[in-house]
Amino acid sequence: MAAPAAEPPRPSLAKRAFAHPLFWPLLALALLLLGNGVFNPGFLSLEWRDGRLYGNLVDIANRAAPLILVSLGMTLVIAVRGLDISVGAVLAIAATVAAWTITRMTAGGGDGLAPLFAAVAAALGAAALCGLWNGLLVVKVGMQPIIATLILMVAGRGIAQLVSDGQILTIYYAPYAFLGSGFVLGLPFALFVVLAVFVALALLLDRTALGLFVRAIGHNPVAAHVAGVRAKAITLALYVFCGFCAGLAGLLVSANVASADANNAGQLLELDAILAVALGGTVLAGGRFSLAGSLVGALIIQALTTTIYAVGVPPQLNLVVKALLVLAVLLLQSPECRGQLKALVQRQARGRA
Amino acid sequence: MSAVPLRGLLRPGGFARLWRDPRYVSLAATVSLFLAMSIAGGVLYDGFLSPQVFLNLFIDNGFLLIVAVGMTFVILTGGIDLSVGAVVAFGTVLLASLVQRHGWHPLPAIALVLALGTAFGALMGAAIQRYRLQPFVVTLAGMFLARGAATLVSVDSIGIDHAFHVAVASLRIPMGGGASLSVGAAIALLVVAGGAVLAGMTRFGRTVYAIGGSEHSARLMGLPVDATLVRVYALSGFCSALAGVVCTFYMLSGYSLHATGLELDAIAAVVIGGTLLAGGSGYVLGTLFGVLVLGLIQTLIVFDGTLSSWWTKIAIGALLLAFCLMQRLLARRGGAG
Repeated sequence: MAAPAAEPPRPSLAKRAFAHPLFWPLLALALLLLGNGVFNPGFLSLEWRDGRLYGNLVDIANRAAPLILVSLGMTLVIAVRGLDISVGAVLAIAATVAAWTITRMTAGGGDGLAPLFAAVAAALGAAALCGLWNGLLVVKVGMQPIIATLILMVAGRGIAQLVSDGQILTIYYAPYAFLGSGFVLGLPFALFVVLAVFVALALLLDRTALGLFVRAIGHNPVAAHVAGVRAKAITLALYVFCGFCAGLAGLLVSANVASADANNAGQLLELDAILAVALGGTVLAGGRFSLAGSLVGALIIQALTTTIYAVGVPPQLNLVVKALLVLAVLLLQSPECRGQLKALVQRQARGRA
Repeated sequence: MSAVPLRGLLRPGGFARLWRDPRYVSLAATVSLFLAMSIAGGVLYDGFLSPQVFLNLFIDNGFLLIVAVGMTFVILTGGIDLSVGAVVAFGTVLLASLVQRHGWHPLPAIALVLALGTAFGALMGAAIQRYRLQPFVVTLAGMFLARGAATLVSVDSIGIDHAFHVAVASLRIPMGGGASLSVGAAIALLVVAGGAVLAGMTRFGRTVYAIGGSEHSARLMGLPVDATLVRVYALSGFCSALAGVVCTFYMLSGYSLHATGLELDAIAAVVIGGTLLAGGSGYVLGTLFGVLVLGLIQTLIVFDGTLSSWWTKIAIGALLLAFCLMQRLLARRGGAG
């Protein structure tokens, strides 16, 4: 094996791009979209109609918005060696709380935008509370993250059904529908929500020391604590943020279909979010994370779903494809497997020489 | 790390020692909870304390019990298996499809389902052990894979009306006093007995406990850690497939959406049964009582009639919380003392 020092001091642009952590996820996304474009020439076209942008690309981004939000929250929780499998249940809670608030306030003759703000505040508050609950169980009580969030995953849907009284709440309120299906500057409103959260996070993590702290906690929580990083407070805050993101996603989902289904909203969302995070190159053991990667990962998942529907193969195949994708990504992340592959390649190279 | 709670119970003063030994407190709490809930049910509702109500706990929760026994072994090693519900669903669909659409006799079909389930578990175990992957992610992928495979076999629910299968399903084993047990429940009880023996009295069981206590130490002691890890997941896969077979006896159909969320119930049952999630401590018999407590919650809600079904979820969540908190407290007390 060549020593690292033997490498040229300035790698070529291609080499640097190749080594960039976002290279593989972006390549996968591009291949997916291009593949679609080859088989279905209309797939990549965008159309400007009635002051709005239409097209499959916009559609994919719009549909992926809730998953992107949840994945961003999940990325940070995983970065500090945590996990939140309750996001689907939290999404359902936020959606039902929002629908419940609107139903109550509009039934009393409430007009204008007051019900909208009340619903958004109540839903996000409830979701953040759920996150706080998870965080307290993990940080203060010291439970394993998967178990701590399992409790809310099981009980959360029950709580959501309690709020909705077991019904699917339908929302008859135009301003709320704007959150899910409104357009701003020709683009879906949901995209602006995602953009706002993403930019705020990127600024917070790259321009302040927070990003460094998060990485430090993920690599070694004890060492981070000893070095003076307020590991517990930061971890707690990240769980709250993850809940908040799930709440935002709940608002988008319920506003998009103008109803809240306590039982089925956000079903299997936790798995998709973990998959998106893993696809994006975040190490599931904590420490190394990439927000942009998770965003691309979520887009890949949605593009995959859209592709499977567009190609016309049975949608059930979606699950199998996702499963194989996760396994492939996991194996590529595993040092043992990489070692084996490397040995295999070297043996072949030696055999040829 | 003793593995047979009964031996402690049978000795003189066993119950008193039970409360002093932190290992048994969880188990004792679960058994007490079960008894208290039964008595409360008997006081509140007429006809609650009949033998058939309790035998129904086994009949209605037979496949959960089988899955939970397999899960107990996985959790004892410090791992987790999220694929169980999906493997159950895959088992039901494959069995129903082979019997109904391909004209197989149920017996070879059952054998094939069991073999496939075991092989699937072993594969996941090998991936976890060989490539040092986190169990929850690998079994999560396994869950997707098994559910997807189930829907590929058949999207629709397939009813089973093979004479042999129906005969086995409707067979009732009389237990005296007019009460009876189904074949599925009997299989579940056999699995519990087998699991208890396997955990408490075999080399495999001791290795499982040792790995959960400290994998590193187990390796240094020269125990077959790698092979045991693979076998534990294979065992869980086998239990899931068997639960799928029992599920077809119970429901007489195969459907890819059977047993959704079963993995959560199984984990909850294991935790409520007093098994430490960090691994290394717990009993198969505890899991039995964990399943019974979950079943009893449902029975109580059915008997009450005015409570909505979602209280089941909230009650299970609250119980999970209570038992996890208790485990943490015990762990802290044990660490300090």
